[in-house]
Amino acid sequence: MGYPHPIDPRETPVLSTYFGDAEARTYAGWVKRGGYEALKKVIAMAPDDIIAEVKASGLRGRGGAGFPTGLKWSFMPKEDGKPHYLCCNADESEPGTFKDREIMRWTPHALIEGCAIAQLAIRAETCYLYIRGEFTEPFHIMTRAVEEAYANGVLGANALGSGRRVDIVIHRGAGAYICGEETALMNSIEGRRGNPRIKPPFPAVAGLFGKPTTINNVETLAAVPAIINRGAAWYASLTLSSPKSTGTKLISVCGHVQRPGVYEITLGFPMKELIYDLCGGMRPGRTLKAVIPGGSSVPIMTPEEVEGCATDYEGIVAKGSMLGSGGMIVMDDSTDLVYQIMRLARFYAHESCSQCTNCREGTAWTTRILERLLAGEGKASDLDLLLDLSENMTGKTICVLSDSCAAPVVSGIQKFRADFEAWLPAARPAMPVGA
Amino acid sequence: MADELVSVTIDGIGVQVPKGTMIIEAAKQAGVLVPHYCYHPSLPSPAVCRMCLVEVEKAPKLMPACVTSVVDGQVVHVHSPQALKGREGVLEFLLINHPLDCPICDQAGECELQDFQFQEGRRGSRHDDYPKRYAPVEDFGPDVLYVPNRCILCTRCVRFMDSVAEDAVLEVYQRGDRAYIGIDPSERLDHPWSGNVVDLCPVGSLISKDFLHKARAWDLDKTASVCPGCTQGCNMTIDTRDSTVVRLRPRPNHDVNRHFMCDAGRADYRWMNRGDRVEAPLRRDGERWQACDWSVAVSEVARLVADADGSVVLLAGGRTSCESLGWMLQLIGDRRLAAAMRVPLGSESPIGAIPNLALRAERAANLEGARLLGASSEWAAARTALAGARLAIVLDVELGDDDATALAGAGHVIHATTVADPRLGAADLVLPITTMAEEQGVFVNRDRRAQRFLPARSAPGMARPGWWLASQAWAAGGAGRRAPGTAAEAFAMLPIFAGLTYRELGLTGRVMDGVLQGAGS
Repeated sequence: MGYPHPIDPRETPVLSTYFGDAEARTYAGWVKRGGYEALKKVIAMAPDDIIAEVKASGLRGRGGAGFPTGLKWSFMPKEDGKPHYLCCNADESEPGTFKDREIMRWTPHALIEGCAIAQLAIRAETCYLYIRGEFTEPFHIMTRAVEEAYANGVLGANALGSGRRVDIVIHRGAGAYICGEETALMNSIEGRRGNPRIKPPFPAVAGLFGKPTTINNVETLAAVPAIINRGAAWYASLTLSSPKSTGTKLISVCGHVQRPGVYEITLGFPMKELIYDLCGGMRPGRTLKAVIPGGSSVPIMTPEEVEGCATDYEGIVAKGSMLGSGGMIVMDDSTDLVYQIMRLARFYAHESCSQCTNCREGTAWTTRILERLLAGEGKASDLDLLLDLSENMTGKTICVLSDSCAAPVVSGIQKFRADFEAWLPAARPAMPVGA
Repeated sequence: MADELVSVTIDGIGVQVPKGTMIIEAAKQAGVLVPHYCYHPSLPSPAVCRMCLVEVEKAPKLMPACVTSVVDGQVVHVHSPQALKGREGVLEFLLINHPLDCPICDQAGECELQDFQFQEGRRGSRHDDYPKRYAPVEDFGPDVLYVPNRCILCTRCVRFMDSVAEDAVLEVYQRGDRAYIGIDPSERLDHPWSGNVVDLCPVGSLISKDFLHKARAWDLDKTASVCPGCTQGCNMTIDTRDSTVVRLRPRPNHDVNRHFMCDAGRADYRWMNRGDRVEAPLRRDGERWQACDWSVAVSEVARLVADADGSVVLLAGGRTSCESLGWMLQLIGDRRLAAAMRVPLGSESPIGAIPNLALRAERAANLEGARLLGASSEWAAARTALAGARLAIVLDVELGDDDATALAGAGHVIHATTVADPRLGAADLVLPITTMAEEQGVFVNRDRRAQRFLPARSAPGMARPGWWLASQAWAAGGAGRRAPGTAAEAFAMLPIFAGLTYRELGLTGRVMDGVLQGAGS
């Protein structure tokens, strides 16, 4: 299958095998496709063995940070007598990222199975699935799937006859980007204002409701059943580059490519091949100008940097950006980067939780300077001002929203300075910017 | 302290602090002030203002000093170029939307935004041509206005109402630079301790209606004092302008009131400024009052007491200092029939999350002092005793009508007071005494903590402290008696304090239990 495009032979479908296959959404359809076998398998396993298996697979967090999943699970205390929680972060709000949405739309039971396995591994009876408020269709599909899972005894007081309670509670967000930050997500579930918390304490020590908590991305958890079914060694062998980047990754490609969509690649896949072959390259007559490879929060890459870049955690860092969430925004030479960066900055200014001074004021100020530039009223000193503001916004705040706003600005000015200078009043007449 | 100590170096100064201390507090020990807005020692730390960023050696980035605990051997630079650059950036951000209306702002002169901007801020502006965020002033409660334009969103007020007063009516509303402090639309900021948000606000965003445009901070004189409102004995500062009391604010004392003070105590200062004071000793001369010298008044008091022969009743007010009460009792000696302090009762208003801190039901600051000195709170019994008394001494107390009626039954009446009471027209002497705002003295609070208060304004006319006239009359009553020359001496000579001095009490007081056992009383 594949959605919205047929699976390309160069893809490695693990998570996306049944994208587009409506029958896979149902419990019966999922079981027919080998679903819930992994869960049956782990019921017989000791929690530490599950964690060891995931550790051995080399699976790393797919939400953006790339933290080793097995290691994260192993931070959960043992025999502490407290309730533990799993939070599944389905608040996919990063501009340009739409991979978790497809998992929830097409294979909700893969996610439920992954959550249940993680819950058994970290000894958490309850999983909160925090789903983005705007995800109406995925919300209804997930709700239906969870109901089915309860009805068929996969979830509940005696999950699959294991004698252990496995509950999944779906919590719908109210439309705040910042609630995808793990500690803000916990505050939001608790009914508080979705402000990120200071770490330490880390969630594994005091997370949701002050109890030990693990938070994983949808894609991370959905990958777990395949690891259990086919073995850690198999998953660890899936790499085209670094042994530190294993498995497959969903890349949601959008922007100026002929076939945007969600592509599942083995980590290390050449970025150029992804853009030009799998996605069909630029529109006729157009050339590549810039790529934001991992959601809007990472530095912008130039065509030269895309050249020879391996799409994995280390490969993109070597080229000056980050794999991030895998939300790839491709821009061709028709793009005005200043306008695009202003749109990103405006997004961050809108979504800043307002806690930290640098972020609250810095994102808004950055936006205003960029808007002024686009109105033809910029000053030559504005570019240095933007760089200095960005420095004051980087590494100074509780969470990284502020850094995320600064990253495209800094990389944009450094790598595409001519685009900025072209907007200075001396260079061209003014263009009004719609609000 | 059994706490394990760790050594840290802050701006080159080595200090030892208990393990787990935050850098910002360790820096205080080293004498280094880390600029901050959201941090407050009596509130949970959210680390949101980012003003306390400091450089910690071996840390990859600047660390917020308010939530970073010290590690043994740590080297911290509060004023390194990197830390200064970080804080300069924060100050610049804070000023983007700040109206800079300092000339009409009550906080000017005691504003931390001004202070730190002058210390560490950037000279000159880089955000010259943008309109600033605007929102109109909001009325939050009986004494609190919110000026959103000045707000730096440190959230001290939100945290105070949430985790200290435990009446979470305030919250941050909206996001990004549109954020402001909002109040639950169905609520008012009328908790009995809510006035503290005005003190907590580091800028002029939350302001007191009572103090609004009353005085500039730089014109104020500040005097350490103790709230005379109830037996809690909250430490306070009396702010005066040209000898007029314009504001009372809490003074930190971790063991009594932390950093707080209730609204009732805060608002109760107008009596200190009364203009209708008795200004000279008055002696009854037939149907008229006749002003006289203190020497005449003192010998008259000595004579009346000497003649009273075992039947003197002392009626004292709750704001009477240990010195005045102690020396009055010394003057009466064994002629005492009864001695009582009047204790008005009100309802108790606890602050919420801080144990042993409340506006107490007993609205008499020195009740415990009176008990220690041997006076009682049996007011009704003392009033009954007036009927057989040869002499009644009324010392700085507001009387009820029935008290005034009962006083008619006493043989003679000495009225030592700040304001004349027309119902006591038959008194033999009316003696002008100072209020607690005009004298030095000691109150003992309900936990037997003896606490000093200092004179904040000059006394009108010939008014003298109660202890002075009592001790002078006592000295006049017998050969070889020496009256104390100062309040310090008056205190040190009181036997129940066993030689304790003002200096030893300091400005945060001392609990009396050990001393009392030592005194064997």
